[in-house]
Amino acid sequence: MSGQLTKKLSGWGRYPVAVCHTLRPERYAELGSNSESSIARGQGRAYGDAALNTERQVVLTERLGRLRSFDAQSGVLRAEAGLTMQQLIDFSLPQGWFPSVTPGTQFVSLGGCVAADVHGKNHHHDGAFSTSVMGFELIDADGGRRWCSREENFDAFAATVGGMGLTGIIGEVELQMRRVESAYIQATHHAADNLHAAFELFEQHYDATYSVAWIDLQARGAAQGRSVVMLGEHAPLERLSAAQQQSPFAIKARANRRVPFEMPGWLLNPLTIGAFNQLYYRIEGRRRTPFIIDYRKFFYPLDALSDWNRLYGRRGFLQYQCVVPRDGAQQALSELLTTLAESRHPAFLGVLKKMGKTGEGLLSFPLEGYTLALDLPFSGDALLQLLQRFDAIVSNAGGRVYLAKDARLDSEMFRAMYPGVEPFIQSKGVLDPDGRFSSDLSRRLELG
Amino acid sequence: MRGAYLILGATSAIARATARELARQGYHLTLAGRDMDELQRDAADIRLRFSVEVEVKPFDAEDFAGHAAFLNGVVDDGGELDGVVLAFGYLGEQTRASQEFAESLAIIQRNYTGAISILNLCAEYLAARGRGTMIAISSVAGDRGRQSNYIYGSAKGGLTIYLEGLRNAMFHRGVHVMTVKPGFVDTAMTYGLSGMFLVATPQAVARRILKARDKGVNTLYAPWFWRWIMLIIRHVPETIFKRLKM
Ligand SMILES: Cc1cc2nc3c(=O)[nH]c(=O)nc-3n(C[C@H](O)[C@H](O)[C@H](O)COP(=O)(O)OP(=O)(O)OC[C@H]3O[C@@H](n4cnc5c(N)ncnc54)[C@H](O)[C@@H]3O)c2cc1C
Ligand SMILES: NC(=O)c1ccc[n+]([C@@H]2O[C@H](COP(=O)([O-])OP(=O)(O)OC[C@H]3O[C@@H](n4cnc5c(N)ncnc54)[C@H](OP(=O)(O)O)[C@@H]3O)[C@@H](O)[C@H]2O)c1
Repeated sequence: MSGQLTKKLSGWGRYPVAVCHTLRPERYAELGSNSESSIARGQGRAYGDAALNTERQVVLTERLGRLRSFDAQSGVLRAEAGLTMQQLIDFSLPQGWFPSVTPGTQFVSLGGCVAADVHGKNHHHDGAFSTSVMGFELIDADGGRRWCSREENFDAFAATVGGMGLTGIIGEVELQMRRVESAYIQATHHAADNLHAAFELFEQHYDATYSVAWIDLQARGAAQGRSVVMLGEHAPLERLSAAQQQSPFAIKARANRRVPFEMPGWLLNPLTIGAFNQLYYRIEGRRRTPFIIDYRKFFYPLDALSDWNRLYGRRGFLQYQCVVPRDGAQQALSELLTTLAESRHPAFLGVLKKMGKTGEGLLSFPLEGYTLALDLPFSGDALLQLLQRFDAIVSNAGGRVYLAKDARLDSEMFRAMYPGVEPFIQSKGVLDPDGRFSSDLSRRLELG
Repeated sequence: MRGAYLILGATSAIARATARELARQGYHLTLAGRDMDELQRDAADIRLRFSVEVEVKPFDAEDFAGHAAFLNGVVDDGGELDGVVLAFGYLGEQTRASQEFAESLAIIQRNYTGAISILNLCAEYLAARGRGTMIAISSVAGDRGRQSNYIYGSAKGGLTIYLEGLRNAMFHRGVHVMTVKPGFVDTAMTYGLSGMFLVATPQAVARRILKARDKGVNTLYAPWFWRWIMLIIRHVPETIFKRLKM
């Protein structure tokens, strides 16, 4: 076993920052052998404290991402959990297979996708990541291994998908991929004048495989919720240009830009963002005729700018993502946007999406309704208080906050939002009897 | 169609990256080392990604008596070799090594004696075919003895000199020998060590190794600036050097 490196870590939001003792195994058999308290960490793309463990151990999975097997007939792929979505796609797409579910960045590990039970733009049809998971190997604190699937150890399966790493280390994952004819997406944009119009568009275009809306958070009053609803389908061959048809899976390498250093915090301010949003709404909202773009631009627009989280400056930012049940969703989200506007707290990126049925994970986030995500620069107590007001609105509407984005929810509110807490704690007691998997998030939420 | 490469110490992070670069170029591989489970995992991954044939063989640098049979087995099952990459090595613990000879011996066997045992055989094999490449990973630590790792350093220094002589001998028999001297590389060997700086990724080192092989480089410092760092370190007068805490 290699050494231990103590360093400062944070989630993608760069708040909070924690000093952790990291291990980075390069051998599969080293997974799991750990101390009093440890937590797995993949690519660190969760925004808050899910993969932090102050003054305790963090097990980095980044060196254990090998492919184990792939059946090009059925699209079933098995790999070590440190494999990233990008590595997965680079391997499978040229053979005509795409992940069944993908989050909005490809710089995530498969382990992170299972542990947060991530959702994609197709959640309303296909459910969360776990629906495409056939099984996984769960490694306990003593290195013991358990295969978990719908047939075997289902309790462990249900506790681990969405379980934020607290039931053990996911060592390998087996996935069902989706067949595609090309690396391209046929996209359509629709402008929505306000929140109501956006909801209507989602209902009207329910059949679209992928859908998501970008919200202009600067729009107020009657224009509140003004947005661009973006729809997409995997492009069939006949929709591609002759050149694209020649090699439907070959796409140009993407120019990668990087934010070279931490930007001053004032760079993203209501004026610069307001101007950007106006422009975006006008230009993107007009693209009503279907157009062809490559999958990276459609699914991972932010990946083109490495380290974009540095734009928020030294104090970092929080993402607040909630979901509220369909009945009453519009009213609750409108109330939330009004509360935000009245607070005058800056908020830049806003994303709205319709979600489908609740899945199997005891602590999985998605439920049938609408989810809203807001990026908010960290400003201390003012922000934390604002988010507590959001929590009240969400909880009253029967909704919940996404743990993979969270850094501040309190344990009481968490219990009100997640009815699966009790059965989860029971399962954790079986899988991790000595409570050796824990994180800053789990202590905050009193999950052990 | 490309031939095959033998990777000795194939679970090392630098070896893993090098094996993938070779497979990307279409070479078949034999991965050799002590940890069969890990080797199987790497083999499966490389087969899937690069569609080359990959064999896996148990190999212990310290089992000198078994080396000849090992090499025969590699050629029997994996086909004739175009090249050999030697990556195994052991940093050990200097303090322990200076107190317990067993640790010193392990360092010497795993970096020096074991390397000579298997490289002698590989050299004869390749020379008999009149062509091939031998790539062996030594270390900048072998360029000058320092208090923090001189047992490791002396074993690597011995390996470096062995490789110089081997290169000279093999030149006349059509085989190219390349010595690789990495600086600090981000691997299990160094993870968490204090005093690391200018750390390179195993992937970057692997790409450098294969580029240098194509150019027929004799001694490769990786990354390149270590050539200059070591030039300075080697030229510090001994009267001063012995006073330093390095
Ligand atoms: C730009 C951006 C866009 C995003 N878009 C979406 C989106 O559309 N939908 C969505 O659902 N999420 C989204 N996310 C969130 C992200 O997908 C999740 O946080 C995901 O968990 C990150 O994976 P990771 O490998 O970085 O995990 P980490 O951040 O390293 O860890 C996240 C959690 O997973 C656990 N974990 C990681 N690996 C393992 C393992 N091997 N075994 C056990 N537990 C493990 C950790 O303990 C932790 O609790 C987005 C994030 C970013 C930065
Ligand atoms: N990392 C650096 O900064 C650095 C710097 C200079 C030089 N180097 C050299 O680079 C080479 C690769 O090292 P690395 O950094 O990639 O380290 P590593 O990951 O620790 O690899 C060391 C390898 O040596 C193998 N090994 C040890 N004893 C062996 C034995 N008796 N028989 C067979 N194999 C044995 C191990 O394989 P198994 O245990 O699986 O058998 C392991 O794969 C080494 O020679 C090292 O000395 C490294």
